[in-house]
Amino acid sequence: MQCPKCHANMRTYDRMGVHIEQCDGCRGVFLDYGELEALNRLEGQWAQPAPPPPAAAPYPAQPAWGAGHHGGHYGHRKQGFGRLFFSS
Amino acid sequence: MERELAAGLAEVGRTYGGEGDVEVIADRREVAVLRVGEVAVKAHLPGADAAALTERLRLVSHPALAELLLAPLSPLPVVVRDRLVTAWPLGTPVDPDAPDAAPWEQSARLLARLHRVDTGQLAPLPRSAGPDRFLRTVDELRAHDGPEVREVFGAFGTLPPLRPPVRALLTHGDWHLGQLVTVPGGWRLIDVDDLGAGDPEWDLARPAALHAIGVLEPREWDVFLGAYRAERGPAVPAEGNPWPALDVTARALVVQMAARSLLTARRTGTALDDLDLALVDACARIGADMRHG
Repeated sequence: MQCPKCHANMRTYDRMGVHIEQCDGCRGVFLDYGELEALNRLEGQWAQPAPPPPAAAPYPAQPAWGAGHHGGHYGHRKQGFGRLFFSS
Repeated sequence: MERELAAGLAEVGRTYGGEGDVEVIADRREVAVLRVGEVAVKAHLPGADAAALTERLRLVSHPALAELLLAPLSPLPVVVRDRLVTAWPLGTPVDPDAPDAAPWEQSARLLARLHRVDTGQLAPLPRSAGPDRFLRTVDELRAHDGPEVREVFGAFGTLPPLRPPVRALLTHGDWHLGQLVTVPGGWRLIDVDDLGAGDPEWDLARPAALHAIGVLEPREWDVFLGAYRAERGPAVPAEGNPWPALDVTARALVVQMAARSLLTARRTGTALDDLDLALVDACARIGADMRHG
């Protein structure tokens, strides 16, 4: 295809899956229908900031009377699991 | 299990299509369960109310609950040796010896979906019996005294008086990991004895209490709470601090479990173990927080 501006030859390049015609003479760029939108989408993905790191819970992990506030995890998980998580 | 009761339960199991091995699955203070092949037969609490149980069997058979609660094989309870008896498809229970495999996420999702059931289609709903279970356990302890008993009543004294449910949503009423089985369709809640309209905070109270006293690990509690919230469960706000919503029922369950520990130790003549003492210690902290805080 020929450049509509300077009539030099145009060459097709593939940039991240989008076909771009560029003029060998004036270096102008020609986009087919939908290609500008495709580039915008790609730019949007590129510019999207990384998700922020998860913040520490802004609320207490336990109520005020919880064991964690008074020191010590009981650490009898297996025993507690069997007895307290089932019918007693 | 009493021989005549076991024979009667086995006969009920065969009536509902059970074939093959007879095996006692549970024989506790409140319930006895026996299996005949693929049928589980349950003898309910001595003195259970036949009308209330019939109402709950009707409720749990409603198609809207088919993916949440196991439906009975027996539409009505039958009577065996003065006990009300019901028949159910046999499911596979959670393994108490495999804490790492516990279905916290599935449990939370089932509870959230149960709490969100449109109750209009189920009317009339019986009242959830969870709060009655709590009061019944505390009342049993009134016959006893001692330093631990006084700690339990100290914590009990911090609780507001029980009121009729504020929201009257469908609740299980006695949820713990023993109330869950797998059947070919997936996980189902079992045990209808306390099922009914209530405040959904009661169904989260036991894991909340056990997390608060350091028995349920933070990681598992986070999975449970996160899944409940992901399924839009109404007992806690969608985000932020869940404890204002859970504090009262979690305290109630600490009191209930501590009372049950003391009652069991006295009935069997055994000493309190570390877990019993953890519950009594939590009662002491609850009482102290309310006195000083």
